[in-house]
Amino acid sequence: MSVEQPSPPRLQMRGITKRYPGVIANNRIDLDVKAGEIHALLGENGAGKTTLMNVLFGLAHPDEGEILIDGNPVRIADPADAISRGIGMVHQHFMLIPVLTVAENILLGAETMANPIFLDRNEARRRIIELGKRFGFEIDPDARVETLSVGWQQRVEILKALYRQARILVLDEPTAVLTPQETVEVFAVFRRLAAEGHSIIFISHKLYEVLEIADRITVIRRGEVVGTRQPAQTNEDDLAELMVGRRVKLAVDRGTSHPSEPVLTVENLRVRSDRGQDVVRGVSFNVRAGEILGIAGVAGNGQDELVEAITGLRRSIGGMAHLAGQNITGWSVRERREHGLGYVPGDRQKYGLILGFPISDNLILTRYYNSPFARGIQREDAAIEKWAQGTIEEFDIRTPSWAVPAGTLSGGNQQKVIVAREFSRDLKALVLDQPTRGLDVGSIEFIHKQAIRKRDAGTGILLVSAELDEILELSDRIAVMYRGEIVAIVDGPTANKEEIGLLMATGGRVPAEGPPPGMSGQAGAATDMPVKGATS
Amino acid sequence: MKARLKSYAGFGLVPALSILLALLVASVLIIASGLFGPEKKVDLLLPLVAYRSLLVGAFGSFKGIANMIVAATPLMLTGLAVGVGLKAGLFNIGATGQVLMGGFTAALVGVVVAGAPPWIAIPVAMLAGMLAGALAGFIPGFLKAYTGAHEVVTTIMLNALAQLTVSGLVNDVFRAPGFSFARTPPVGNAALTGVGGTTLHVGVIFAFVCIPISYWLLWRTTVGFEIRAVGANPTAALYAGMKPRRMMILTMSLCGAFAGLAGAVEILRLGYYPAVFGTSIGFDGITVALLGQANPVGILLSALLLGAMRAGAPLMQIQARVPVEIIDVIQGVILIFLAAEIVVRRIFRLRTEGVGAGELQTITRTYGEKVVGG
Repeated sequence: MSVEQPSPPRLQMRGITKRYPGVIANNRIDLDVKAGEIHALLGENGAGKTTLMNVLFGLAHPDEGEILIDGNPVRIADPADAISRGIGMVHQHFMLIPVLTVAENILLGAETMANPIFLDRNEARRRIIELGKRFGFEIDPDARVETLSVGWQQRVEILKALYRQARILVLDEPTAVLTPQETVEVFAVFRRLAAEGHSIIFISHKLYEVLEIADRITVIRRGEVVGTRQPAQTNEDDLAELMVGRRVKLAVDRGTSHPSEPVLTVENLRVRSDRGQDVVRGVSFNVRAGEILGIAGVAGNGQDELVEAITGLRRSIGGMAHLAGQNITGWSVRERREHGLGYVPGDRQKYGLILGFPISDNLILTRYYNSPFARGIQREDAAIEKWAQGTIEEFDIRTPSWAVPAGTLSGGNQQKVIVAREFSRDLKALVLDQPTRGLDVGSIEFIHKQAIRKRDAGTGILLVSAELDEILELSDRIAVMYRGEIVAIVDGPTANKEEIGLLMATGGRVPAEGPPPGMSGQAGAATDMPVKGATS
Repeated sequence: MKARLKSYAGFGLVPALSILLALLVASVLIIASGLFGPEKKVDLLLPLVAYRSLLVGAFGSFKGIANMIVAATPLMLTGLAVGVGLKAGLFNIGATGQVLMGGFTAALVGVVVAGAPPWIAIPVAMLAGMLAGALAGFIPGFLKAYTGAHEVVTTIMLNALAQLTVSGLVNDVFRAPGFSFARTPPVGNAALTGVGGTTLHVGVIFAFVCIPISYWLLWRTTVGFEIRAVGANPTAALYAGMKPRRMMILTMSLCGAFAGLAGAVEILRLGYYPAVFGTSIGFDGITVALLGQANPVGILLSALLLGAMRAGAPLMQIQARVPVEIIDVIQGVILIFLAAEIVVRRIFRLRTEGVGAGELQTITRTYGEKVVGG
């Protein structure tokens, strides 16, 4: 790909402008992608990356500008047209039918026919296997999609595009749903594809990933291209500044913590999953006022159920929880909230917000029945409005008005609504579950700052995150969760990343010797495990 | 405030266009109906004649307007019975059964208080009907909340149950002696009689009071906030510390109460419960609720529209010789266009982000979803 050819780039987008009522989503954007190039498109949420790709894929039509493929101007009418011109799109949310096989999913819409009536399944299988081999991921065409892991489902999506002979592949935040291991694997696939002459447009806002995989990086801010870089000439700080338009502190200044008495204590807590499995098996720890306790762990080791049990969304089957000295085991969600427990949920659209409701209603979602927002059962709309306006300003929520539905906000601003709601009252303890998942650097910086501020105000914070970097950056102490148990609690500032990574992966013992599922009642698991640094 | 006003502008657009399309479709049928009339000819102006007489019939006289309001009264109530449910994410198909239960109970209690002065007898009988309807709504609400049984399935079954039980009782236990056909005894002073030589009766007041009360409840109270929150996102409601199960039961009972009141109004107007009380107001409530976008003000307007068509239909039949059944066709076609909102948006090239789409989603949402706790 480094060979300079006299031929035109595979794809050129020239002066693309797309206006929506009130906003210019794309303002004279130029983008060119060569054959065999991995081109990263970097930008904050709402910067216009998705609009640009929708224009390319025929989902939106530009008001101005032109698109050239191999130097020939084209008009892309709709996705079918885009596909026929060799453009393939892998969406963040997969467009697969779980109960159908890999081959059936791939054939859907691009049927290979034996005759006018019947499909030629054998030919399809052969081509799928061949394509897989060529790009280094052999896949069983007869496997049902629902049985595949997320990483493999993504490869099916890529195969779908390749089967339709895509030469330009657009991947919308492909790593957002992947584990670090799967990310490494899918990057290998990308490199292979590029080596075969495919052009890849990789949309992301994870800076280190972009630096690792891309040949060139185009940064978009507020609908305009603000720069194109090569990884060798740039670094994370430079890219973050381009993206946000000001210098961004990637590492938050966390200062020193001054923890005092325990505010949230969990003793030998045991919780079952929806499927009846013991997924939290005797967890004990405490969070002290004025500190952040991070829970590190590979997703699916019982963190979700632990958080739900602490916040009252799920009943525990054993053990106890205390909030500021009171036994809250068995309390309702509302009782816990009223006694000073805050909660930023991991799934903001499912739990945290009602997307169709105005921002103002979302800001009072947990306090709507309290003064001054209500008198008796009557809502006090004037008070709600006034408070919403003030909070929107204080937490810098970017919106034209408090009255617009929360669903119209960008991901970062949606999360700010939740953070504003939970942080804007006096709390004893606060549970932050994946507080920055899917957010851009500007929003992450903001939320991290707020968390530190809340900590310094004397709130005990329990931080659960799948991003180990986030845990390391914020936590005063780190508890590692593995197969439903806390296997270690270590001091945060001095923690060693590799060591914690190892504990997350193995629990600190020979993996094969993990207790069989269903073996519960390992009392005080946290105390007889290898412990380093400050203990609870 | 500006943003809220703006959303109202787009609010009634799809319903209005659905009505327009339904009138166009009905025009074709009206023209075709001319072929079967006495003159057997195609008259392209016939729809205009028909619609004009429909309007004159409903609005041309004070009596017509009274008829329109009387016809709209039960529709308003059943519209609320469906519409308030939609706000909570529940699709109440059981208004019919709740109407029957309410009407029957009002008839029985009406007999008991038949001798009391009207200002006591009427409210007591109405209240009884309301309570019976609430009970009929409570059952599917409870089943949904605690067993996950889908309200569409249970209310359809309860409709049949209510129908058969009530007609069995009228034919046997509560049959009034001295009549050639099965019916309950007269309700005496509890009867809703017309005033001032029109069909207008005091029951109308009850319906017109329910509209602002519903609006106030849904949009101005914390209870309404909970109802809407549970409907829009039950998991977020749970997270916020609300009790989705309780809200489902409460809402279904409330819906039942509205339908029960509708039944009471219709039966007390008649003065007794007949052997067969065939009524479509329960199902018409679905059209009214959807046409009104599950909003009390919208429901008021939709009920008046359907009421006007009912009130104007007889004159249309006389003047244009178009059968009154065309009204059912128009109503049905309106419902089809509302349900197929996307078709209307295509035809008129409207943008797809719609207000009130959430209510329609309730109907198409997958069955068997797990009810969250609380």
